[in-house]
Amino acid sequence: MKKVIKYVIIDILRNKIMLAYTAFLLVLSFSIFSLEDNSAKGLLGLLNIILIIVPLVSIVFSTIYVYNSAEFIELLVSQPLKRKTIWMSLFTGLATSMVLAFLLGAGIPILIYQADITGMMMIVIGVLLSVIFVAIAMLAAVKTRDKAKGIGIAILLWLYFSLLFDGFVLFLVFQFSDYPIEKLMVAVSMFNPLDLARIMILLKMDISALMGYTGAVFKDFFGTGTGLLLSFSVLVCWTIIPIWLSIKKFKTKDL
Amino acid sequence: MRKEITFTILYFLLSFLVNAKTIPVGASKNCHTIQQALQLAVSGDTLMISKGNYHEKNILINKRLTLIGIDYPVLDGDLKYEVVSIKASGTSVQGFKIIRSGVSSMEDYAGIKIYNCRDVVIKNNILENTFFGIYSQYGTNCTIEKNKLTANQTEEQQSGNGIHCWKSDSMRIIGNYVTGHRDGIYFEFVTNSIIWRNESEKNLRYGLHFMFSSNDSYISNIFKNNGAGVSVMFSHDVKMIHNYFEENWGDGSYGILLKEISDGYIENNQFKKNTVGIYMEGTSRIKMTGNVFEKNGWAMKIQASCMDINVTGNNFMNNTFDMATNGSLVLNTFNGNYWDKYEGYDLNRDRIGDVPYRPVSMYSVIIEKNPPAMILFRSFITTLLDKTEKILPSLTPENFKDAFPLMKPLRL
Repeated sequence: MKKVIKYVIIDILRNKIMLAYTAFLLVLSFSIFSLEDNSAKGLLGLLNIILIIVPLVSIVFSTIYVYNSAEFIELLVSQPLKRKTIWMSLFTGLATSMVLAFLLGAGIPILIYQADITGMMMIVIGVLLSVIFVAIAMLAAVKTRDKAKGIGIAILLWLYFSLLFDGFVLFLVFQFSDYPIEKLMVAVSMFNPLDLARIMILLKMDISALMGYTGAVFKDFFGTGTGLLLSFSVLVCWTIIPIWLSIKKFKTKDL
Repeated sequence: MRKEITFTILYFLLSFLVNAKTIPVGASKNCHTIQQALQLAVSGDTLMISKGNYHEKNILINKRLTLIGIDYPVLDGDLKYEVVSIKASGTSVQGFKIIRSGVSSMEDYAGIKIYNCRDVVIKNNILENTFFGIYSQYGTNCTIEKNKLTANQTEEQQSGNGIHCWKSDSMRIIGNYVTGHRDGIYFEFVTNSIIWRNESEKNLRYGLHFMFSSNDSYISNIFKNNGAGVSVMFSHDVKMIHNYFEENWGDGSYGILLKEISDGYIENNQFKKNTVGIYMEGTSRIKMTGNVFEKNGWAMKIQASCMDINVTGNNFMNNTFDMATNGSLVLNTFNGNYWDKYEGYDLNRDRIGDVPYRPVSMYSVIIEKNPPAMILFRSFITTLLDKTEKILPSLTPENFKDAFPLMKPLRL
């Protein structure tokens, strides 16, 4: 397994897209921090990167990579290796390199310009989101045989998580505005890793505004130790469940 | 020669007038108790009270006396009595440690209470666990200076205010520290008074509570982490200058709550990390300038019932929302401020942005109508909505704008 992981990582790190992604993050983060006159505004810009670009690159790159290594996977399958091992190595390799790229590209600027609790939270969330979207990508890739369709599904999934889901939530909020839906909202946010990630950063960044009535409901839940633990567990579940489903599928897949 | 004679006569007359005794009180002195000394004393005398514990029930002062504590003698109310009651004008109480006043829901027991008199000075005292701290009822021209009031009250119904003034006039509240009371400083029907350089923090309700008090000023005070911030209601001609309002967190918690206020100044104050910096309702003719709003949830919430509020030359930085309102009617002006969220340009380099800034973002309108929508704040979709709104305003009030936004923050 170690050998396969090593091979995957080396292969990805040599990939030009990955280098470009790292450089892009690095340049973007540095320019955001140095262009803005206060670092809090820089963080806001960075939040958008973490919530939009990181998932997008993670999901699309991983899907393409899985399809492109179809022959390599076939080769591995012919070796005396468990399919689970092969799939997990592929996932670990992809996740490690995405995390590495994120840490180099965005982690370093954050540490330089905003090394406080908000910054730390952003790094942790960024890392988690990278891993989650690699897992989702692998599920999308294993479900469909056709490459174009697979990539399409990956992009749609990203669109769903970053835009459509929130649109749906906004609709819900307005439809049920006469009811006390604050607690329901907390539950709903669990169904989207991006929402959960955003709220956790929000709790650090916009704490003053969140101390209002509704915010207080959110804060009472997410702000407490249990809430924090639960949110992180849910985020971890968002990694484990897709990867587990994809392993199940991959085990019986006719390659 | 005649002049000198006159002076001599005057001198003797004056020395006769100021022929006041000093009565020492203490365990080793002739007078063991303050009550004893109070009976001996005549108007104009000074009581020097040595260090010690004094359980003297209610100390009632009805002559013009000066009470001076040496090394903070402890006056203990045994949780039953009002500790010091002042009923004579010109009385002065200095340097005591006053603890454990009575607690009652029928009467307002206080550490020190001024009843219907004038020119009283209460200075350098330490008050601990009193129900009301320093209470002035029909006091005129009194000075309450450099006292430290500490209490550990937990319920609003069973707690009293730190410095409480009722129907008073020309009061000077200077350099006090109040914590753990219901309201730090409470003014009701108090006129022509000044509150200067006090610090009021961690009180249950308001740091400062103003009701029906006009022509007052509060200057250079610190109000921090109080249950509901500062509230100024039903008053006119109030000047609020150079105060700090910090960390007033919670729903219904405001840096300042202004309700039914007119003709005031809010100048050079700092609002930091409050849920709402200033909340205005039914307020009119206020001039706001030189204030700094930083890291608040909402810098200001101006309800549509306000008019002639002039907000100019302020800095708005790192607030989650700059402004919120509840209607489309705007009778106030917001020109010439610095807003860190301004994204316009300045082609002619006069340091004034060429396009107006709209401080009410669409999302703040949505949240005002539908608070649970807060959960979607800063998501992709709401950012998109905000950007569209900036180009084509539909939900946000059209006239709510800064026509001359500054490009650089003011030095405040």
